Amino acid sequence: MSKYEALTGDQAVATAMRQINPDVVAAYPITPQTETVEFFAEYVANGEVTTDFICVESEHSAMSACVGASAAGARVMTATSANGLALMWEVVYIAASLRCPIVMSLVNRALSGPINIHCDHSDVMGMRDSGWIILFSENGQEAYDNIIQAVRIAEHPDVLLPVAVCQDGFITSHAMERVEVYDDADVRAFVGTYRPKWSILDVDNPKTYGPLDFYDYYYEHKRQQVEAMEHARRVILEVADEFNRKFGRNYGLFETYRLEDADVAVVVTNSTAGTAKVVVDNLRAQGLKVGLLKPRVFRPFPAKELTDALRHLKAVAVMDRSIAFGSMNNAGPLFLELTAALAIHGVHIPIADYVFGLGGRDIKPSEIESVYRDMLRVAETGRVERLVTYLSVRE
Amino acid sequence: MAQLKGWREIPIGGLILEAGNAVEYKTGGWRAFRPVFGQAQCIHCFQCWLFCPDSSIMVDAENEKMVGFDLEHCKGCGICASVCPVNAKVIRQAGEALKRDDPRLCIRMIEEGKAE
Ligand code: SF4
Ligand code: SF4
Repeated sequence: MSKYEALTGDQAVATAMRQINPDVVAAYPITPQTETVEFFAEYVANGEVTTDFICVESEHSAMSACVGASAAGARVMTATSANGLALMWEVVYIAASLRCPIVMSLVNRALSGPINIHCDHSDVMGMRDSGWIILFSENGQEAYDNIIQAVRIAEHPDVLLPVAVCQDGFITSHAMERVEVYDDADVRAFVGTYRPKWSILDVDNPKTYGPLDFYDYYYEHKRQQVEAMEHARRVILEVADEFNRKFGRNYGLFETYRLEDADVAVVVTNSTAGTAKVVVDNLRAQGLKVGLLKPRVFRPFPAKELTDALRHLKAVAVMDRSIAFGSMNNAGPLFLELTAALAIHGVHIPIADYVFGLGGRDIKPSEIESVYRDMLRVAETGRVERLVTYLSVRE
Repeated sequence: MAQLKGWREIPIGGLILEAGNAVEYKTGGWRAFRPVFGQAQCIHCFQCWLFCPDSSIMVDAENEKMVGFDLEHCKGCGICASVCPVNAKVIRQAGEALKRDDPRLCIRMIEEGKAE
């Protein structure tokens, strides 16, 4: 039997980790992820899990320990944020390249500098091309559910890639909300036992992880990573399907909210999607045909599916919680990729980008409403006046 | 070179699934300097054999003799020349401006391509 608990987002992730009972967790404290590892350390101390918890001296070591443990055939998890992720950098790529199915809780926080501990997506957007699968979560419940699914996605024999599960620093990581926690036995049955195909502890079949790989084979290994990402598209949906049936949820590549008959829509990830739903309801009550699309899967990027979900609209606004500095019009990464997806699939809708919430700046319903009102105007005129808006920055 | 395999035919992630196959990788081509063996001065102490990081010192185990280098794998690091002991009058190593036929040398490093 599942039960409802009042949990912070960090605690929800720690709860999932307790239920999964991974073989190894290696992590270093960094705000706003620290709570997860604190809670988890308590489970280790209490004997509620049998995990080997490795306290390391830095995030670079944390991810290195994760890679080593994964090569040894362990089910491995970690958690980090912003500068911690940045310090892992080198090994983040290695984890994906060596095909280590590590699951990371990534509590999104602004990357320095100036130093800031609050939410934006500059950390995860830096790792978007690193070879990790990336999932977004609106709230603690989704972070909990995504962590459980991430284990199955990562370890699928056709995938074998690490997965990062994102949620918004402080906004959901430290906000207590109602979370449906499933029965321990059900979660354990769902994630099953990890049976690694190649473990360096299998001494009867010696093997080498991470050898030098030059111009003669490196490229072929990168091509394999592409293939794994392609398989992940299917596997993510298969795992979601099984999860939805077992736990009564509705996960897919993205969530749509009152989108089907909408004229204009906002595309936004994580917690802001929750706020945007309230705005959608308010504007709908005024008879305005507005909707929302909340991406869940960012890597692999579901270009075709997103296009199909948006093609009927008269105007689309993307809301980006980070800036791709120096990119086309200094836009946000989500906008850049979605714009390319629409263009490549022959869909030409007026589209604009709204950068918001950097360094934890609050995003108010009234601001999201102003985005919708801009888009309703664009839908009428068919013309985008300003491609990129830095929402609520002071002049 | 052996026929290179396609991406579907090789283990993922750069994994090497068999042990002991480094011998198949001919690393001798990386060499910028090459060790040269001066048989006459050699006291067959096996220091070079002990220290060579690439197992490239060839020995006649039965007669306990150092016999030369496996130049298909020797990377030319010069460690052998450096460890070759004083009592064999071989104390110089790579890059030292000794004449190629200096009688004090039993191992010395000379530039690849200019070997005698
Ligand atoms: S030069 Fe280096 S690799 Fe070559 S035989 Fe001497 S010690 Fe071994
Ligand atoms: S170290 Fe010098 S003296 Fe000793 S075996 Fe090798 S070449 Fe001969």
